[in-house]
Formats: sequence, structure tokens, C-alpha cells
Amino acid sequence: MAYCLALAGAALVLSAPLALGAVTLAVGLAALSAGVGGQIRRAAAFALGLGVLVMVINALVTRDGLTVIWRFGQVPGLGQLDVTLEATAYGAVLGLRAVALVLCAALYTSAVDPDEVLRLFRPWSFRSALTATLATRLVPVLARDARRLADAQRCRSGRPASRFQLMRAATAGALDRALDVAAALEVRGYGVARRPSGQREPYSRHDRAFLAAAAALLATAIAMRIAHLAPFTAYPALRAPLPAGELVLSAALVGCALLPFADRRGIVR
Amino acid sequence: MSLLELERVSYRYPSGVRPALTDVTLEIGAGELVVVAGASGSGKSTLLRVACGLVPHFHGGEFGGRASVAGMDIRQHPPGELAGAVGTLFQDPESQIVMGTVRAELAFPLENRGLPPGAVARGVEEVALALGIAHLLERSTATLSGGELQRVALGAALACRPALIVLDEPTSQLDPVAGDELIASLRRLNEDHDATILLAEHRLERCLAAADRVLVMDGGRLACDAPPDAFLDWAVAEAPALATPGARLLAGAGLRPVAGVKAARAQLRAHGLLERPDTGTERCARGPLEAPDTGTGRCAHDPLGAPDTDTQPCAHDPLETTENAGNAASASVFPGPLDRPSEAGRNLAAPTRRLPTLARGRPPDAPRRRLPTLARRRLPAIADRLPGPLRRGPSADTGRRPSPEPGLALHLEHIWHELREGPVLLRDVSLAVRPGERIALMGGNGAGKSTLLRHAAGLMRPTRGHLVASGRVALLLQSPTDYLVHDTVAEEAPAAALHAVGLAPGTFAHRHPRDLSGGEKQRLALATVLGDPAQEPPAVVCLDEPTRGMDRPRKAELAALLKRMPAAVIVATHDPEFVAGFAQRVLLVADGAIVADAPVAEVLCGGTYFATETARILDGRALTPERGVELLRRLEVAL
Repeated sequence: MAYCLALAGAALVLSAPLALGAVTLAVGLAALSAGVGGQIRRAAAFALGLGVLVMVINALVTRDGLTVIWRFGQVPGLGQLDVTLEATAYGAVLGLRAVALVLCAALYTSAVDPDEVLRLFRPWSFRSALTATLATRLVPVLARDARRLADAQRCRSGRPASRFQLMRAATAGALDRALDVAAALEVRGYGVARRPSGQREPYSRHDRAFLAAAAALLATAIAMRIAHLAPFTAYPALRAPLPAGELVLSAALVGCALLPFADRRGIVR
Repeated sequence: MSLLELERVSYRYPSGVRPALTDVTLEIGAGELVVVAGASGSGKSTLLRVACGLVPHFHGGEFGGRASVAGMDIRQHPPGELAGAVGTLFQDPESQIVMGTVRAELAFPLENRGLPPGAVARGVEEVALALGIAHLLERSTATLSGGELQRVALGAALACRPALIVLDEPTSQLDPVAGDELIASLRRLNEDHDATILLAEHRLERCLAAADRVLVMDGGRLACDAPPDAFLDWAVAEAPALATPGARLLAGAGLRPVAGVKAARAQLRAHGLLERPDTGTERCARGPLEAPDTGTGRCAHDPLGAPDTDTQPCAHDPLETTENAGNAASASVFPGPLDRPSEAGRNLAAPTRRLPTLARGRPPDAPRRRLPTLARRRLPAIADRLPGPLRRGPSADTGRRPSPEPGLALHLEHIWHELREGPVLLRDVSLAVRPGERIALMGGNGAGKSTLLRHAAGLMRPTRGHLVASGRVALLLQSPTDYLVHDTVAEEAPAAALHAVGLAPGTFAHRHPRDLSGGEKQRLALATVLGDPAQEPPAVVCLDEPTRGMDRPRKAELAALLKRMPAAVIVATHDPEFVAGFAQRVLLVADGAIVADAPVAEVLCGGTYFATETARILDGRALTPERGVELLRRLEVAL
């Protein structure tokens, strides 16, 4: 979890295209190394669309920038509409950041075990953590229930049911399901759940490696930001130099992200 | 020492108009395996929910009398506190799994008790090894099959090493293999670990042999509390719907009913009605008057010693052939060259006579093999070499074709369904269904039965192959409540459809669908898919697992209802007893392919798991107790 948060943090801290690209590349390679490339590919298809949308919207709505690359003239309701190179480039950077964040979220959901997260938060707020875990687990279950209901309605003869009737049936089904789960929780002893004992399972070699990588990623990103090692200015005129330091540190970001995967001992793919 | 004690317990649910339990008094001792029997709504589940404390703490309502588990009064101790002494398993595995991985699921009840990580890890390993699910520990619960989920749920129930294990129809959603494995696990726990087990079950033939006692609930009262054999005596006389097929067989033959196939066979042998087990390689024992085997290595069929001229092995009983022929005749007339009573339901895997024989990889008159799995696995390769229209291959024209083959209600031609990034769901399925035909689809969980029905009804499209129906294909999926979205029965389906499924509009029209019983809901859902018979009657009616959780009388009603339908009926089910009473033809599905397509007698007599209890007792010579009794009487006369 810390690793995914660090990658997302780096994407939020950095604004230079090369550095953001390095973070995005790091997420993709980490997903491949973790064996969840398929899930990330599906998320990337959605994220790319989102990124392009962000870029287009920024280009259309931002009036800053000196280099006009397209004049739409007078548009009713919007007035004079000019698209500038700077707004387009800044939109592309924002889009790239959105892509990186979506991929980080996809990496988290596909590679991080929610039960481990529950265990992590259990000493502080067991019931809230369990509620979150149950919600995570029940989302696909309820989605399956909804698909089943939709299939059943397709099989009905005659006039289809109204949306309101379907909504009511789906709600009733979800409540029935919730009642069953609540009964199961009761008989598993949830009602009298005690705070876990103070002992905690020790961190493994891999846990430590990912924690170290997370710290290094975040430190590198913050250092690049503070020391202006990845300069990028969009307005009023585009300025994106490519100093050697940015190149080196971007490569370091990717390296930091991938280093924990170098040790495959004890990992079953 | 009593582990569970109920003294004059009465209970009414908050919304109940009459008590769910009335004046129930019983004691269950440590180490007993007790089966709870009774019709749907008789109070079995409520009794179990008293034992685990959900009644009254979780459900509320009015509770009277006294109940204690392991010395704890259930009114003083909520279910969470009782969880250390009682492990509970419900019917639906999906609703009982709360964690993301199997390991976390097994650890959950232990962690709730505040055990240190070392004790939790040890408990998880022990229960996983005891139930044979250690290989699943790292799996995500979202990827498990129904049988695996139920075993994991059982593991979670057992993790705290409870003194009493309470199970409410745990096998109702499992195929026969998974169901038998679960019962075997319970038996092992009972025998090896002295676990006390309270098990509610409709299919008593599955579990009676392992039981020490049977409790029968009737209208919320305890109607019988006896050892299995005494219970069967009582059931045959007082509640025939609860008598197992084996008990009905033995009672019909004038013998004392006993629990279990092994005991029933011993009973028949003791009376000279079944030969001692063969010491040779032949599978089936023969009747005492049977003709000598002709040396083919297969069973001789006619118990009266008539020479076996049929080339079909293990269609043992001439009575069965008559039965199937009768079914076929009563259901519909098969036109064309297949219109032969003895061939009813056979050779129908394709539309013409040529296709079935070629596609099955055998000449037209060659003897059929029993469950020809290997031949069918090679089907694609064989079909590739076929000329012209019989050739299978990639086709741009997938899905439905406009015109059906003449005389067929439904025709599937080399249907494939391959996921882009996943397994093959259907493999080269060819099937011809004639009007009025009654077909059972059998096979394990995940074999492809539901997928096949979904293709037939148009809910899924094949990635290759053709599918043609002569009219509408109605499909009733597993959960009838999914169909019911209106406030009254009359709004759900037209009066004619209600009448067709046996729900008199005058009685039911104004009732709320959710207030109906399980069987009535099933009928109403069926009415919603059938629609108005006068407007667009379905050519084919498909039902997916319609007998889940049904008691025997309701299954018999459903079978009678389906037999009355003019349309072809295809039912996916795990229940061989239901199949024996309803179907003419059985398709056995495995790994997305049809591995056997034969008359009911052939499949259910020749199988191990997919066999009725009567067939297992009589070595496949009869499917139903009634036929078995007739056969035994003839044997007695001959003796």
C-alpha cells in the first residue's frame, strides 16, 4: 500500500513531462513485474481516454498562453475561442498525471490484498476496516446479483418492468444479501470481536524492500521538486528544458520502483 | 452429556402469523450426527438457528421455553459468544464468505476471539489440512467454485473447533460429487474427531447412512426422533414423502427399509434378491436367474434371463425401456425416420440420422459405448474431416440463423464459446431437440450447463457455430425471485400463464409475490417466462437448477408440471432422482462439452455419481423405486 501511495505521491509532486512519464512507466513495469499486467492494460485503456479528455478540455477552456495554434473565432456563449500551444501542453501534462494516478489506483486494487490492509488497520478501527473490506468484497457480488436480475428480466415474456420496479427489486435483493452476510458475521463471532493481541507478524524481506522503495521514490520526487531539477513552465510561454539532472533522476525513479522486484525468492507467480 | 438441550421451545418470527417452532423438546449428546428432516417450511432452519443463537438474538420475535448449547443459555449468550461452541454453515456459500482470500476467511473467526497471530496461523493450517483445502489457502475467494466456497465456509465454521456443528442444507447448491465430498468430510469429522453434527438436508439418501439419529419437523413440531432405520420405518408408514428411494424400494418388496445403499444391498442379498458381489472384473452383479454372460465382458441385462439382444450396455431392465418409450410417446410424436419407440431420446444429438452417427465417431449400427468420453473429446478433429455442411470451422455467421431445421424445436450446430482472455466455456456442442422432448443436463459445477442454456435462450452468443430455434426459448434461471418485481401475482404474469403453472388466479392474483412459498415463487417465475400461451407459446422451456432446496413433493409437482408442457423442456440439474422422474434423455456435460447423450436409463444406470439410489442398489437394473419393486417381485416369482 505504501508503495502505491508513494508512486501516486510522486505523480502529484512532479509536473515535468519526462518525470511524470517516468512515474507512469514505473507503474506499468511494476504491474508487469507483479503479474497484474492484464488488469493494468484494461485500466490504461480507460485512463488514456481520460487523459485525452483532460487535455482537450484544458486546451479549450484556458485562455492563457502566447502561441495560438488554432482559431475557432467567435463561438456562441464562449466568445473568442483560441487554442494555444501552452494550454494544450499543460493539458497534456495534466492528462499524463491523471493517467499515472489511475494506473496507481489500478495497481493498488489488483496487487494489494485487502485482507492485509484490514489486518493493518485492525488495531485502530476494526469495525470500520471490516466495513471497508466487506464493501470491497460485496461490490462484485452485488454486481453479479445485478447482472442476474438483468438476465432474468431479459427472459421475461411480455412488457418489461419499469426502472422503478427494477430498482426496488435490486434494493430488496441487496438487503436480503446484506442480511445473510450479517447473519454469517454473527455466527463467526463478529458481534463479540475483541481487539487483537499486541503481537504483530514481522515484516518480510519483501515488505521491507517495498517500504524502502516507497521512501526512496517519495524522497526523489520531493527532491526534484524542491531543487527545481525537473523544471516545467507552461504559461505564458512554454519552457521545458531537459537538464541532465532530470534525466538521471527520472531514471532513478524507475529504478527505485523496480528494485524490489529484483529479488524473486519466495514469490510464487 | 447433552450438548444441545431444548425444553418446550416455541418461537414465532416477528412477521410470522403462526409459530415456526411449537413446544420442541430434545437433547443432542456429544459425538452424535443428527439429521434434521422435514418438508420446506416445517421448521428445520429455525431449529438450527436456535442452536446457533440467531434465534432469537438476530431475528427477534417471540421466544418461549429454554434452550442451551454447551451449558450456555442461548437467551443469555448472543451468537458471537456461542460461536466458540457452535460452528454454523448455511445454504448459500456466496453470502457466508466475507474476506478476500481463503486464508483470511479461515483466520477471521479466530481473530475475532482475539487469539495471537501464532495461534491464528496454527488454527488456519489445521482446519485447512483437515478439510483438504490447504492448496486453496492463497486463492482469492472470488475465484473459487461453489463446492470450494462451501468447503471454505465449512472451514471457517470449524476454525474455532466448535463442539457442535450446525449445517443448513449445505449440499443443496453443490453437484453430486462436491455434495458427497462434503458429507464425507462431515462423517470424518464425526468419526475421527467426535464432532457433534446437526445437519438439515432434503436429500436424505445422501446422509442417512452416516447418521445416528433423525429428527423430523412437521409444522414446527418434532414429529419423529429415531435412529435412521426406525425413522425409515416411520416414514414409509406416516410420511412417504420423506422416505428415501431405497426405503420405498425395500418396503415395496416387503422388506424392512434400511439406510444406505450398502445396507439395502445386504438386505436384498440376505433375501436372495441380489447376488453376492462378483470377484471377477465385471462391474454389475446379476440376478440369480440371469442367463450366462455371452463373453462380451459387459453386464447381461434381463434379470429373467432373456438373451441380451440390445447392443446398448446397461440398459438393463426391459421395464425401463418400456418406461422411456412410454414417456416419449406421451410427450410427443417424433416424426421422420427416428420415430421408433425404442430409439426415443437416442441419436438426437444432431438433426439428421447421418450427423449423429458420424459426429459420434461410430458407424450407424455399431454398438454404443457407455459414456463415450474419449470419442467425444475427439469430436472436433473428426468433424474437421467431414465433408460439406458437416464440416466444423470458423464461421463469420455466428449466432442464430433465420430458419430452423424442419421438425426441430432447437438445433445447436458446433457451438463454441471461447473467452478472449479465459477458458473455453463451450466446446463444439451439437444438439437437436425435438418438440415435446424432455431433456436433463447433468454435470459438475462449472461444467457448462448454465452456459449452454444461456446460449439456447439467446442471453449469450456463441463465438463459433450456429443456433436455431423454431420459436421463443423461455429460460428460468436459478433464482426465481429475480423475476418477481411487481406488487401482485396478477401483475407478474397473465392469467392463462398462471393457470398453466397451477397457480389459480382466483387464489393467488392479489397476493404479493414475495409472500409466496419457495415452490409457488418458482411456479410464478416460470409463468413470467412462459407468458400468455395463446399469444406466443415458447418452443423450448429451459430451467436452470429448478429443484435446489426443494423437498420431494415439490419436486414431484414440478416434474408433473413440466411433463404436461407441450414445448420441449431442458432442465439443468444435479438431482438424479428428479431426472429419473422427469426426463427422457440425459446430456452429461463436462468441461464445456457434451460427453454423453443417451436415454435416462443408460446414463443413470451406468454412472457412479450420476445415478439414482435405486440404480445403485440394484446395479442399474431400475431407476425408480416403483420399477425396482416391480423387478424384485418378478424375481421373487421366478425364484
